[in-house]
Amino acid sequence: MQESETDKAGEDSRREFLSLVTTAFGAAGVATALWPFINSMNPAQDVLAASTTDVDLDPIAAGQSITVLWRGKPVFVRHRTPAEVAAARAVPAAELRDPVSDEARATKPEWIVLVGVCTHLGCVPLGQRPGDSRGDFGGWFCPCHGSHYDTSGRIRRGPAPANLAVPHYSFRDSNVLRIG
Amino acid sequence: MRARRMIRPLAALMLAGVGLWLAPVRAAEEIELPRIKWSFSGPFDRFDRNAARRGFEVYTQACQFCHGLRFLSFNSLAALGFDESELSAIAAAREVLDGPNDDGDMFKRPARVSDRMPPPFANEKAARAANNGALPPDLSLMIKARNGGPDYVFGILTGYDKAPQGFAVAPGLNYNRVFPGHQIAMPRPLSAGAVTFTDGTPASVEQAAHDVVTFLAWASEPTLEERKRVGTRVLLFLLTFAALVFAIQQRLWARLH
Amino acid sequence: MKVKSNGGNRPRIVEWIDARLPVFTYLQREYGEFPMPRNVNYLWSLGAIASVFFAILMVTGIFLAMHYTAHKDLAFDSVERIMRDVNWGWLLRYMHMNGASFFFAAVYIHLLRGLYYGSYKAPRELLWIFGVVLLLCMMASAFLGYVLPWGQMSYWAATVITNLFSAIPLVGDMLVSWILGGYSVDNPTLTRFYALHYLMAFVIAAVIGLHVIALHIVRSNNPLGIEPKSADETVPFHPYLTAKDGFAIVVALIAFSLFTFFAPNMLGETVNYVPANPLQTPPHIVPEWYFWPFYAILRAVPNLWIIDAKLGGVIAMGASILVLFFVPWLDTSPVRSARFRPIYRGFFWVLIAAIVALGWAGSRPPEGAALWVAKAATLYYFAHFLVVLPLLGRREKTLPLPASISAAIKSGAA
Repeated sequence: MQESETDKAGEDSRREFLSLVTTAFGAAGVATALWPFINSMNPAQDVLAASTTDVDLDPIAAGQSITVLWRGKPVFVRHRTPAEVAAARAVPAAELRDPVSDEARATKPEWIVLVGVCTHLGCVPLGQRPGDSRGDFGGWFCPCHGSHYDTSGRIRRGPAPANLAVPHYSFRDSNVLRIG
Repeated sequence: MRARRMIRPLAALMLAGVGLWLAPVRAAEEIELPRIKWSFSGPFDRFDRNAARRGFEVYTQACQFCHGLRFLSFNSLAALGFDESELSAIAAAREVLDGPNDDGDMFKRPARVSDRMPPPFANEKAARAANNGALPPDLSLMIKARNGGPDYVFGILTGYDKAPQGFAVAPGLNYNRVFPGHQIAMPRPLSAGAVTFTDGTPASVEQAAHDVVTFLAWASEPTLEERKRVGTRVLLFLLTFAALVFAIQQRLWARLH
Repeated sequence: MKVKSNGGNRPRIVEWIDARLPVFTYLQREYGEFPMPRNVNYLWSLGAIASVFFAILMVTGIFLAMHYTAHKDLAFDSVERIMRDVNWGWLLRYMHMNGASFFFAAVYIHLLRGLYYGSYKAPRELLWIFGVVLLLCMMASAFLGYVLPWGQMSYWAATVITNLFSAIPLVGDMLVSWILGGYSVDNPTLTRFYALHYLMAFVIAAVIGLHVIALHIVRSNNPLGIEPKSADETVPFHPYLTAKDGFAIVVALIAFSLFTFFAPNMLGETVNYVPANPLQTPPHIVPEWYFWPFYAILRAVPNLWIIDAKLGGVIAMGASILVLFFVPWLDTSPVRSARFRPIYRGFFWVLIAAIVALGWAGSRPPEGAALWVAKAATLYYFAHFLVVLPLLGRREKTLPLPASISAAIKSGAA
């Protein structure tokens, strides 16, 4: 403590600088160490590799629908009648809230595959069972807040902002659908 | 002067700690394990991918009929360098139990890459019934679950021998140099040429044992390489940080004297 | 974050908060200006190091709990899923596993530091007692947590340790089935151990709080064992001790990283990677290293008069920790630091040797040399506290104490 004043000032500023560097270094280390904790809450590898679901299409007659579980969500598979296909394809896509053509949503016209989760707030729309209300456009109707979907699963009326999502799917044989 | 006084009790305590660590030599019967230089044992080492891939071939040809790998999914094998079509083929060769179907029945179907590897037996009772009362253990954690780890498993696989004169082996059991008690239920799993490698490596017993142990070591801890890589970076960071904090501390305390 | 030591011209928001809840004043008083004897050595950093490991255990534990499933059919698999599938799960688990070992290591050195420098003597008795309570809580928590992965050693450790209570006369068996929630270690045991393990983290946090509050009332001892007499014998906690403790913490973290990243299973038992099997006990049941000395004491006691070896062992093991509560009164010497107690210093190192010997014996099967070493070391352990400390304090000729810390520093003796 018996240093001269100038020595002391120089030493002080050097120490100040060193402290700043060290604090920044330590803060960066702590920030980096947070990432493993945050990321551990993201979907784990086994969840990401979630399995595919196969659906046997033979028992589904025209006009019928089935619901299967895929990644914990309901997936609607509907065997559309020619009239339903025609209704879906007659609408000019440009007029829709979420403009997508039915051709782009259904690779085989008679089959429409949809994630059965309303794009508004996540309820499951009605329309799968024979007695269900299918809304004003013959597709699906979400009872929570009144969204109407057409036979292509596109939003036509109500608060939902987007069409029902189409999951990745493929036809393995003529009669087996693989979702995922 | 002062530093030396501080260090003495510290050093003594550390010595005591080291003593504690060296103490727990396992007290069981001393069996000499082979000491192999494994591709994955050093602090910066990785699994030898070729050996591990060959090891998987050993597993499919010699082990999988009795031993499961229930924590592994087929697509986790991608880490060993199998590509998508190879994985699909590997999976399709195995059957898994699925269901119930719409009739309420369980059914078998070819495995998909996202499936876990199917167990060889439906349940423990079935496994014991098929194996003379013995239960072939699942191998997913085998290397971590035995003292001696890879050396021990290698020792078991290569330790089959004629029983020494006067050593009575119970019926249904086999003599093994390394197995505790020397009587093991598993019949000799590897013999020369019993396994064929697609890369053409001659399949001696030692080669097959070495490769399957490398594969099983990976299966026991697929995150080992990531752990060592992250660890090296963490250590470099901490050493730099220690130097910085030490510099500050020295300058600060130097002013007091 | 740095609190200015002049106290004035703080930002207005700080002033506003401080007028309503004086956290900044508190931090400034207890961690800014707080006077520390300037002759403390690195052994005085062990408390800070232990706190860091406790924090690591707490945080990793909370995140592990998000992925763990407390069910006897799922627990083992859920831990393996953490190791394989959860992002960074292997790191969380290995940090938690090795963090427990390092927490114990830090606390043991901390405790022995207290014994060597007489840190338990007036006015620090209560501080010491909170420390022993902490040790008890840690042991309970470590045991409860060890059961959760539901491996072979988890299961059999739970069986063996809960069976200790059956040694209690009359109510023992009832007590054991109450603890287990059944007639053997099973699902009810696992779920309650999980709940209690999670609870213990907060109990330990609370006791650490009491320990630290008590410390800040009576303040730190120092290697000379004499109280600072004037301001120039102390330094403010910040920046002097923050820098010194900081360095010590980083060094401890380096050692911790060596284990966590490069030898994560070295301190554990391989057989715990085998799922629990109630039909088969592993050939060699042994606890984690930090329990070895106590485990040795448990097994060292033979049948004595009317007390059988089982009850005797349980009593001895319990007493080996309970005796620590009474150390402030068992040690009758007016001098704190072993530096001025040449004979006590010798006995202290004999005690260390006895504890190391107990640890060695506890890691081995209780037969032959290990059993005799355990018996001798157990005898010395109790004799040290119950005979040596009280008698030596009255008879030992201590070295002259320096007049003050400054005097000792000037003469080079500090």
